[in-house]
Amino acid sequence: MSIQQYIQDVYGAIKSLLKGMCVTGYYFLHPKEIITEQYPDNRATLKLAERFKGEVVMLHDENNEHACTGCTACELACPNGTIKIITQFDITPEGKKKKALNTFVYHLELCTMCNLCVEACPTGAIVMAQNFEHSVYDRKQLIKTLNKPGSKLRAGVE
Amino acid sequence: MISLEALKNEVQNWLQLHVGSTMALIAESVLLGILVIALFAVLGLLLVFMERKVSAVMQIRLGPNRVGPKGWLQTSADTLKLMLKEGLTPDGADKFLFNLAPFIIMIAAMLIMVPVAFARNFQIWDINIGVLYISSVASISVIAILMAGWSSNNKYSLLGAMRSGAQIISYELSAGIAVITMIILTGSLSVNDIIASQENGWWIFKGHIPAIIAFVIFMIAVTAETNRAPFDLAEAESELTAGFHTEYSGMKFALFFLAEYINIFIVCAVAAILFFGGWMPFHIGHWQAFNHIMDYIPSSIWFFGKTFFLIGLIMWFRWTFPRLRIDQLLNLEWKYLLPISLLNMLLMTIVAILKWYL
Repeated sequence: MSIQQYIQDVYGAIKSLLKGMCVTGYYFLHPKEIITEQYPDNRATLKLAERFKGEVVMLHDENNEHACTGCTACELACPNGTIKIITQFDITPEGKKKKALNTFVYHLELCTMCNLCVEACPTGAIVMAQNFEHSVYDRKQLIKTLNKPGSKLRAGVE
Repeated sequence: MISLEALKNEVQNWLQLHVGSTMALIAESVLLGILVIALFAVLGLLLVFMERKVSAVMQIRLGPNRVGPKGWLQTSADTLKLMLKEGLTPDGADKFLFNLAPFIIMIAAMLIMVPVAFARNFQIWDINIGVLYISSVASISVIAILMAGWSSNNKYSLLGAMRSGAQIISYELSAGIAVITMIILTGSLSVNDIIASQENGWWIFKGHIPAIIAFVIFMIAVTAETNRAPFDLAEAESELTAGFHTEYSGMKFALFFLAEYINIFIVCAVAAILFFGGWMPFHIGHWQAFNHIMDYIPSSIWFFGKTFFLIGLIMWFRWTFPRLRIDQLLNLEWKYLLPISLLNMLLMTIVAILKWYL
């Protein structure tokens, strides 16, 4: 090792160490940067990260209409069988049979929040919600039906 | 103005008057013992709390904030828990050494308190080899660590202890040379003389570049000597569970934990004495008015202020840098710190001979 290399090493080491100390020193002097949420206390004002995923929900508009065509793309995309879609055949006014959603069964207890179903959905019917308080006394309660009773497919969604 | 010195003289006079000189000496010794133990307890509680808060803020967390107001009673609660816990001794352990080790490490830490000057004329014993005494007694703690590691009959403990031995022995060299570099300027090993020599400015300012290099080297070396991150190979949690104190529990563990923090306090106190003038207020040359204003701040506040500033620095190291590997650790000492500190000592000798300092 040459002398020049040696001095360069020492200089580089000191420089990079000081750089690291600047980062922690900045946080030390700026307590506003603290990101801890004191959860049960600040339940009303809880701020979650934008990308936090809590459960899958189906979007319904004010007419109780959703965008799920029952295509089962999400069911196929799910790596661990969280979603089970039960379809039915509706008779259209023209007298044709058409596949439609009957029940969207979502097993929350199996879900890993991987977001693959949301990405697979061609119509944007399901999204990830941020609710994370899922504790229940019986795991049967975690099997959810996502489409609301009486809801139907929004007109124009294929 | 109330000062520790006045308080000390008051107690001394009262004892001399009322119980005679021999009994006064014995009473003072007992009093000192109680004071040192009390200081240890307070320091332990304070420093552990400080460490947890500092680390939390540096990692953008909140830290302990539930026990007592703002979490201030957290460490007291922890201590209570440790006291109530059972002090287990493993079956296969060498029971005598296993139980002796925590006491040796505490005694070593207590002994180092002797020459430290806490305030103006407030010192347990002004030995004329104060700094030498500190650095020699400080190395006793490595025996306790090796003892704990060996007697635990646990491979993690033994590995931790061996690493700690290699580390402390090598880093003591550069710490010692950094101390010698400052001794060159003062010409005395006595703590009082070293502080008195900084009356017109601290050595870190008066000693030019060699003093600053010596300070940096000293801080690095003592961080390694106290087994703290980034040199915490001796108790690397992720590799060795807890290193040499894996098998300890309850109060025996607490003694190791306490000794670690006491050692940090002591090395920072030594650094404060050598480079920042101990209890000496901030003086600039012959600015009489400015120096007078500075003198109004009690010397004990100066001492503890500087020491806690340096402790903060060491904590800053700990929560910033990742842990070194054993080969990197020894490389750093033998290839970088030792040659640099030797050169630096030479440089300081030149500065001292040519009287470039004030």
